[in-house]
Amino acid sequence: MGKAIDAKNLNIYYSSFLAVEGVNMTIRPKTVTALIGPSGCGKSTFLRSINRMHEVIPGARVEGRLELDGKDLYGPGVDPVGVRRQIGMVFQRPNPFPTMSIYDNVIAGQRLNNKKMKKDATDDLVEQSLRGANLWNEVKDRLDKPGSSMSGGQQQRLCIARAIAVQPDVLLMDEPCSALDPISTLAIEDLINELKMDYTIVIVTHNMQQAARVSDFTGFFNIEGTGKPGHLVEMDETKTIFSQPKEKATEDYVSGRFG
Amino acid sequence: MSIDTERAQQEKVEPPPGPVSLVRAELPRWAPYGILVASLVVVGVLLAVTGGFSIGLFVFLSAVLFGLATYLVSRVVEGARKATDRLVTIVVTVAFLIALIPLISVVITVVTNGLARFDAAFFTQSMRGVGGANDLAGGGYHAIMGTLIITALAAVMSIPVGVLTAVYLVEYGSKSRLARAVTFFVDVMTGIPSIVAGLFSFALFALFFGPSIRLGFAGSVALSVLMIPVVVRSTEEMLKIVPNELREAAYALGTPKWRTILKVVIPTSIAGIASGITLAIARVIGETAPLLIAVGITTGLNLNPFANRMATLPVFAYYSYAAPGVPREPFIDRAWTSALVLIIIVLVLNLVARLVARVFAPKTR
Amino acid sequence: MQQPGDRIFAASARGAGILILVVLAGVAAFLVIQAIPALVANPADLPGGKNIAVYVAPFVFGTVVSSAIALIIATPLAIAVALFITHYAPRRLAQGLGYLIDLLAAVPSIVFGLWGLAVLAPAMLGLSTWLNTYLGWIPLFAGPVSVTGRTMLVVGVTLAVMILPIITAVSREVFLQTPKLHEEAALALGATRWEMIRMSVLPFGRSGIISGAMLGLGRALGETMAVAIILSGSSIITFNLISSGNSSSIAANIALNFPDSTGVAVNTLIASGLVLFVITLLVNSLARYIINRRREFSGAN
Repeated sequence: MGKAIDAKNLNIYYSSFLAVEGVNMTIRPKTVTALIGPSGCGKSTFLRSINRMHEVIPGARVEGRLELDGKDLYGPGVDPVGVRRQIGMVFQRPNPFPTMSIYDNVIAGQRLNNKKMKKDATDDLVEQSLRGANLWNEVKDRLDKPGSSMSGGQQQRLCIARAIAVQPDVLLMDEPCSALDPISTLAIEDLINELKMDYTIVIVTHNMQQAARVSDFTGFFNIEGTGKPGHLVEMDETKTIFSQPKEKATEDYVSGRFG
Repeated sequence: MSIDTERAQQEKVEPPPGPVSLVRAELPRWAPYGILVASLVVVGVLLAVTGGFSIGLFVFLSAVLFGLATYLVSRVVEGARKATDRLVTIVVTVAFLIALIPLISVVITVVTNGLARFDAAFFTQSMRGVGGANDLAGGGYHAIMGTLIITALAAVMSIPVGVLTAVYLVEYGSKSRLARAVTFFVDVMTGIPSIVAGLFSFALFALFFGPSIRLGFAGSVALSVLMIPVVVRSTEEMLKIVPNELREAAYALGTPKWRTILKVVIPTSIAGIASGITLAIARVIGETAPLLIAVGITTGLNLNPFANRMATLPVFAYYSYAAPGVPREPFIDRAWTSALVLIIIVLVLNLVARLVARVFAPKTR
Repeated sequence: MQQPGDRIFAASARGAGILILVVLAGVAAFLVIQAIPALVANPADLPGGKNIAVYVAPFVFGTVVSSAIALIIATPLAIAVALFITHYAPRRLAQGLGYLIDLLAAVPSIVFGLWGLAVLAPAMLGLSTWLNTYLGWIPLFAGPVSVTGRTMLVVGVTLAVMILPIITAVSREVFLQTPKLHEEAALALGATRWEMIRMSVLPFGRSGIISGAMLGLGRALGETMAVAIILSGSSIITFNLISSGNSSSIAANIALNFPDSTGVAVNTLIASGLVLFVITLLVNSLARYIINRRREFSGAN
């Protein structure tokens, strides 16, 4: 578990509109990489292109290469469904399935593939995943309650448990704390620190303190103006980005002068 | 519990089986089309050989074979999940095509049968004195006029009541008990069977004028019962999407509420309201049952909705078809032409409604 | 302190709302008033010579059977059509395809009646014969097959066509309201399109489908002309769907007999209309109740 991601000259289009241009990025296995930048700079689009979730919008396509441990994610015969099994995703707002119990939410992904799992095996998987998401102790007595009965922070950790239950190599997080209160945010950040022992994590965040706290590497995206494509300005170790970035734009952004 | 012990416990759990590879075996892009063509050929040949060829059977069996074959091939090559996905895609697409069949069939039938008498005589003559040597003449002029008059009267009664009710619900009622009751009963009214509306109107007028009363206005009342809830519903939806900021902006300028509604809220949503009203008219103009009860039928032209029976297109079509004279054919032809005229009116109204909504919609960008 | 203009406008808006309640109360009241003579009349004077319940029963039966057939055929088809429009068709075409199905709802029922008798009835002779030959041991298809095709089965299919757009429209709307978040959650777990629909769209839309089906049922129960034209119904109770003896429906029976009725026969027909009114009222109220409950539920989320 935990694989590397390589973007080589990646352009992302929505129909004829070039949304993100020329991204070259290497993400090392079992690290946390934060993507920061002003609104509309393409960081979320780039994130979603990693597990081909941006294809939900019709007309979306990419040029260039995007590799997972050297295998082209957009190669011929690659099934987006298979890509998403290996690259899990956590969204901006917690989205447990409202009609399913906590238990069923965790194994929702596993059920898709393996309809006849033994009861013991699913029980184990649920416990393991919920423990992995630091949620087990809070919910072990009410696994049959609906997922929507929990607090926002708990729901988001449930979504993380659901994502890691399918045993992915990579976890993508799209502003996972933006809808949460500070205490829940702290719990998620602690969890990210634990998860990176097993998973490669890419997180989009608007919160620069959060990027500084949780990530090993940081990539800064920027945009020249509306209608222009977003691009990766620079990427480096997080402490470098926040102390002595190479680019002026990065320095302006991390020091709060714009964005 | 510390992280280390949690991790130790995790290691005991066996990882779920089956490593996932990125690349899955996949059917080539042309495969579905190939299977479709093969299915058509196989079924066609089989039916030709057995001699039981009919177009319905051919299409039905081909669709079944296409679905089954795709499922099996995909299951072998791509696995069960993908196969199910493909099967559902086929089922859903075929369902849509099936739903289109009656629409196409209705249009073709009505047009081919209705064109025979789609002539000047149909639009200028009534049925007065038609019979014997005159059999081939006669038309639906009286019925067309009756339909227009009765529907117009119904619209004149329904539109103010419907729009005002919607204004009350959105702007004044908010959560009051009356508003909730009105909302509920408007919904209930939407579901009143049209024939019950006809019976109501008849019962109302019969109470005052005796049980043999039939007149155009009674039909308008019946149609209003059917039309009002539709107008209320669509107007309500349109008023609701007017942003509150607009109302507040008007209040902040010292505009009284009623002027705000008349000058700001309604003009903003007028396109949607007009479109909804047009659709409501389209809905009731083709109603047969209530007019059959409350208005009856007559052979001559009657332009006064407040006295005596009137002919209307749907009822005219019904009687021409169900109780034709001798010879039958001219009556059947007139029935189909009435149906054709009716369909054209309804389609034009629908088209107008869409156009109104699109052209006069407030520009949001 | 309100302006006079405000008071007048508010009062007329409120008055319109009250008028609707009055009209609905009037519908119920006048139907009851005109139905009473049939209820108190000497049974020998009624059509059929028995009491009113015996008179109405076969028509209630015919109404329920024809609507049930329509519902059984239309509901799965409508769900599939709604899914096709919302999740399968190319997005650029989706709206146009939606209009196309809506047009089906705009076709007047008299036209469906003519079409059902002239086109559908002969077209379904083959199917009826097949059903009778191979499934004749089921009482529904016992036959003998009607050669004119004026059967309960044809009526059921015609009604199915008529209520299809209603159920489709309601289902389509709730399917579109499925939160993108839930759909993406399923996709991000590696669900195929169908699995995504099963995990997020269908559970979310279940109550919408149910209420759409109920609204369709309400329409089918009250549908008059299509039944009146196609069916040569009579006052019998039979489960046989493909032969020439059929139970008529309440609405069709009224339409066929009202124009030539006089005296207490008119009151009898109005009484049967009252029964129809009550049945559709119950079905529609149930549908609305389900819709509203769902609205509150999703509002709390």
